[in-house]
Amino acid sequence: MSAPLSLVNDVTEWFRDGDHWHGASGVPTLLGQHALLTLVSTVIAMAVGLPLAVWLGHRGRGGTFAVNLSNIGRAVPIVALLSLLSLGVFGTDPFGPFGRSGEATLVTLALFALPPIVTNTYTGMAEVDRDVVEAARGMGMRERQVLTSVELPLALPVVLGGVRTAAVQVVSTATLGAILGTGGLGRYLIDGVARGQNDRLFAGVVLVAGLALLTEAAFAIAQRALASPREPAGRRGRMTLSP
Amino acid sequence: VLPSVAPTSPENCLTRNEWICGRYYSSRAGDLTDALVQHLEIVLSSVLLGLAVAVPLALLARRYRKLEGVILGTTTAIYSIPSLALFSLLVPVTGLGLTTVVIGLGLYSLTILVRNILEGLRAVPADVRESALGMGYAARRLLWRVEVPLALPAIMAGLRVATVSAVALTTVGAILDFGGLGDLLVDGTTTNFKAQVLATSVLCVLLAVALDLVLVTVQRLCTPWTRRQAVR
Repeated sequence: MSAPLSLVNDVTEWFRDGDHWHGASGVPTLLGQHALLTLVSTVIAMAVGLPLAVWLGHRGRGGTFAVNLSNIGRAVPIVALLSLLSLGVFGTDPFGPFGRSGEATLVTLALFALPPIVTNTYTGMAEVDRDVVEAARGMGMRERQVLTSVELPLALPVVLGGVRTAAVQVVSTATLGAILGTGGLGRYLIDGVARGQNDRLFAGVVLVAGLALLTEAAFAIAQRALASPREPAGRRGRMTLSP
Repeated sequence: VLPSVAPTSPENCLTRNEWICGRYYSSRAGDLTDALVQHLEIVLSSVLLGLAVAVPLALLARRYRKLEGVILGTTTAIYSIPSLALFSLLVPVTGLGLTTVVIGLGLYSLTILVRNILEGLRAVPADVRESALGMGYAARRLLWRVEVPLALPAIMAGLRVATVSAVALTTVGAILDFGGLGDLLVDGTTTNFKAQVLATSVLCVLLAVALDLVLVTVQRLCTPWTRRQAVR
């Protein structure tokens, strides 16, 4: 049973080696690239998906679309989409800090982050108790108020759950960009396998897993802060009756 | 000595690097077929491997409550490992080859299948089970004649998800040169070969749709009772 132990030593040694901490393929560069890719593509997906799904959920329409979106997402190979976009629309030129095929990678990741965001947001909105919505309308709230003060706060935990799933998924999926030469932590996995360097490979796995766990933790904290059970709205004087 | 006249390069869709190119399909039909067949083999063997392991695991999880948490927790943890990382992690154990890809994809199928089998079996109404027991069904016969048929819709739904995901994920096997259509896909991308990239991408999606249709048909044929209400 010395093999696993020596591997742990090798990986520790790898992390201790100063050479792995600077330059274009150093930990800070690739980790930063990976985090930035995840952040930007998740934000793009939110900007597109949230308004769409909130509107669909508020109107109670398009449920089939919202559910099928995640099934379609599962069937499209991400490598294929990435290849098509980088040879077709966007080209393989480096884009800002994102590296080769940067634009194509960002758009692909954003597209893959869309399904969980749309599906969860739609479900969250559609599952808000209709009686509560009717009661709000009966109290004379306008449609906009019903949406912003009743439906959205009640749906928030489910919506955040969707964004969380999307972000964690993007951390995983972003590794695939490295197959086509984009930056990010996938580089260590590809190079580790190609060169037969297990220490580099496992260091890459540790870093990806760490980033995924960190993302999970960040969302868990955000979820607790934003979606905690609210004190009765009346006491805070926020709910105002319209004439 | 170089010839004074530049050699005339043939003008066709291959040299113009067009997305759709009949010449490519006819000249590389063999390559495309081989890749498609390898892709199908990888998908089928990994899903079958997943199913073979998932059935006993689901039965164990159902019988022993204590094991349920362990089994579901472990499979979910495996599922959360990125595909590229999972394949890479398996390399030191199973080597650079087809085995790694099949086992990796099998592990993903396993998670989906265990959940669905367990849910399906749990959803069998208790009174149905009671009546079967009352009629003298033994445990094994109860499982295969009553519970599994009633759980089939849930099990088949799991098989569909597992199969469709496996078709998409097989392309990642390209890092080990065993990615079926993924090999041609990555090769086409690195050499900027548009016809090859489009053809293999379309074939991937078509394969997923075709396998899904086959499974839906099988499900319809196996569970005629679920249609009765719809047909009326």
